[in-house]
Order: sequence, then structure tokens, then C-alpha cells
Amino acid sequence: MALRKGKNTILFENPPSIRAWAAIGSTMEAQGPLGGSFDLIEEDAYFGQDSWEKAESQMQERVVRRALEKAGFSSAQVQGAFAGDLLNQCVSSTYGLRALGIPYVGLFGACSTMAESLLTASVFLEARAMERAVACTSSHFCTAERQFRFPLEYGGQRPPTAQWTATAAGAAVLERGERPPFVRGAVVGTIQDLGISDAANMGAAMAPAAADTLKRFFEDTGMRPQAFDLVVTGDLGQVGFDLLRELMAREGHPLDHCQADCGLMLYDREKQDVHAGASGCGCSASVLCGHLLPLLRQGTLKNLLFVATGALMSPTVVQQGESIAAIAHLVWLSHDRSGEVKSCRY
Amino acid sequence: MGMTPEEYGKLVQRASPPSPTGKNLVMAFLVGGGICTLGEGLLLLYQSMGASEQNAPTLVSVTLVGLSVLLTGLGVYDKLAKVAGAGTLVPITGFANAVASPSIEFKSEGLVLGLASKMFLIAGPVLVYGTAASVIYGVLLWLWERL
Repeated sequence: MALRKGKNTILFENPPSIRAWAAIGSTMEAQGPLGGSFDLIEEDAYFGQDSWEKAESQMQERVVRRALEKAGFSSAQVQGAFAGDLLNQCVSSTYGLRALGIPYVGLFGACSTMAESLLTASVFLEARAMERAVACTSSHFCTAERQFRFPLEYGGQRPPTAQWTATAAGAAVLERGERPPFVRGAVVGTIQDLGISDAANMGAAMAPAAADTLKRFFEDTGMRPQAFDLVVTGDLGQVGFDLLRELMAREGHPLDHCQADCGLMLYDREKQDVHAGASGCGCSASVLCGHLLPLLRQGTLKNLLFVATGALMSPTVVQQGESIAAIAHLVWLSHDRSGEVKSCRY
Repeated sequence: MGMTPEEYGKLVQRASPPSPTGKNLVMAFLVGGGICTLGEGLLLLYQSMGASEQNAPTLVSVTLVGLSVLLTGLGVYDKLAKVAGAGTLVPITGFANAVASPSIEFKSEGLVLGLASKMFLIAGPVLVYGTAASVIYGVLLWLWERL
């Protein structure tokens, strides 16, 4: 059974196992420092399709098929797909998973979707409502640009606080099994809004959400950030990373050298023109599924807090003068099924 | 979080690097000036080819717009604009780019509901308020002449 610890933290008595995973990316992602960790790289940003939306759906279909193949399951053996993305009505997930015939739970958590889908799938598995499930999300630079910003060919300048939406997707296959890593716990995020309205500074809008979720986890469990190998956020970028560091220090839970951010890991900010770092659902999903989960399986990383952050606004409400509401969901991933966590190793 | 939006706003301001204004100004001046010089060169060229004083500026505008649309279609204009900023935005070439880029982008939704209906997505406000301003100016001029 999933147990509640403290006010908001969920701990799993029989932690679901992540059996297999896959990550897919495109040219920019292949050129980044984690380029070698992707299962699939497609140089053609259209992924062989005739629209950007179809390209993103194609990305999800390919990454889920690859993860199932690695797990050794057919789609009929999986009882649930938990997926979402940034596009209106989550069409990348719907149309990407359409051909697979897996019972589908569509999720919207913007860029926090990877943590949200892992968390939701884990609760279903713990409740024995399912034996196996897939958690998946994606983002595509070109679909995000046209929905949230400007046409691709429009001549504009980005401020240094802007981030680059990753063209990437990640999928994880969970089961009630014995292979590491395990989902040991989770915290569902609350909606946080400290009045940031600059859509070109998402890191600043999302940092308070990450801080709030982390604070609740540490207070509920009595654990310290230093007990984890990494506390890795989704896509705060440099601005949000610095702000989270400051917010956590003020709250009495300094993150020190355990802190990492997928948005700062995916690209080489010196060589690639991505300003404050990477963003998008696919950023944290591909860094987790391509880079971090293998390290957790090997035991190189023992315990990790994965805190994916999402900005929940739409261009319409921002144009109406609303500020950017944000959320962060936390998932505690561990090499071990049970036991206490050890000390920070980085 | 025990923090007010005002307190957080100050933190954010400190954490957010500003745009490189000096570099942006220099690049805007050089590229924007370059486009205007090109226009001036074209004007002299058309005049030397016998275009009338009224037709030559129109030909210059048409040429610059055509060039901008071509560079937009080839995917060059946005790369230039990334460096030039206002230097490529303010001249007529920027306006052409603002019409051409959504036309290319939304072609995937069809020639009517995509390309044609989204064509003025960015440039629309310029047309609306530009036209409105010229009407107001015309009325004021008409009144001034009668004073």
C-alpha cells in the first residue's frame, strides 16, 4: 500500500520497479553532452512526417515502442499508459499512442509531466490496479514555438533568461517487479505563483514550485538533501537553478553540491545557443530515461530526487495579464527497494 | 513559500542576466544602417535607369520586401535577426518577415484556414493601428489647413 508520511509525502511499501526505459532526441540533443545516452536519434526534425505535431507524436510512439521492446513486453501486456505533453489537448500523446491500444490516462503538467506520469503510474501499480504501466512525455522545439511563441522563421531576439525547448521524449516501463531502480516515494506539487509574468523567464516562475515541493518532502520525511546523491530538477535552467538554491537555503534546507538540473545537463551552453538552458517535457524525460535511470540501475547513483517543474499557463491567460502559475512534482528514485538513504556522493 | 511577490521579484531581478544592450545597439545600428544604405543604393540605381521620382521609392520598397521574403523562406532572415535585433525588425524588411514567417509556419493547416488566416498574426496590429493613425493624421491635417 502507498502510505502517507507527514502532510503530503507518499511512500510506497512495495516500491514499483522501473523495468526499462528509452529516450529519443534530434540533432541538437545529439550534439549535447548527453548525446551518447539516447536510444534513438532522428536527424530529421520532422521525423518523417509532414507537420510538427505529427513529428512529436511520432517521437512518442517510437520511444514507447522502444521502451516496451527493451522491457520485453508487447503493448497488450501493459495495462496503462500515463502520458502528456505541452500541446493543446495533449495531442502528441493521444496521436502518438493511438496505434498502441494501451489503456490511456492523459496527463497535463506541462514540463512536470515525466514526474507526474511516474507518480501516477506508481500509485496505480501499488494499488494493484495494474501490473505494468508506461509513463511517457515529449516536447518538440517547433511545436512549442508555434503554440507559445513565434513562427520559426520570424526574426526576433531571445533574452538571456529564455530557454530552448528540447526536441526529445522519454518513456519508462514500470512493473510490480524486482529490478532496480524503484520508485520509493512521491510528492504531488501544489500550484505556486509568485507573480512572475515574463514568459521568457520560466525558470524564475517555476523555482518557487520546486522549492515548495522539496521543502514539504524534507519536512515530512525528516531527511536532508545531503542524504541524496542528486536532487535533480526538470528544467529550471540557470536562472531558476540559482533561485532554487537561494530559496532552499532560506528555507533551511540548503541543497549544496547535490543540486542538478536537467535543463543544464542536456545541452552545452558554451557551444549551443540555448541561453539559460533546456526546457520542455522532453528535457527532463530524456535526461532521466537516457542518463539517470541507467546510473540508478547500475548503482552508481543510489538515491535521487527527481523534481520535474512545469509552467501551467497558456498564451491566452498571459496575454490577459495573468502571472505564470507553476507546479513541481517529486519522485524519489532509489537503487534499493528499502532501507535508509546514504550520503551525497557528488 | 514565506515570501511576497515583491521580495521574490527583487531576487529574480538579481538572478536574471540583462540583455547585452551595448552589443545589441551596435549590431542594430550596423545592420539596420546597412539595409537603409542598400535602399539608398537601389534608389539611385532605379533613378539612373530612368524611374520617375515617384516610382523609384516604390520600386525600392518592393525590392527590399521581395528580398526579405526570399531570405525568410530560405531560413536566413531569422538567423540574421538573432544578431541584428531591431536592425532587421524596424526597416520594411522586418515587416515583410513578420508577414512571410507565419505564412510559412501555418501552411500545415491549409491554404485558407492556415496560411491566409494566420498571415497577419504578427503584422496585423501594425496594419490596424498604422491605418488608424494615418486617418487621424489626415483629419488633423485637413483641420489645420482650414484654420
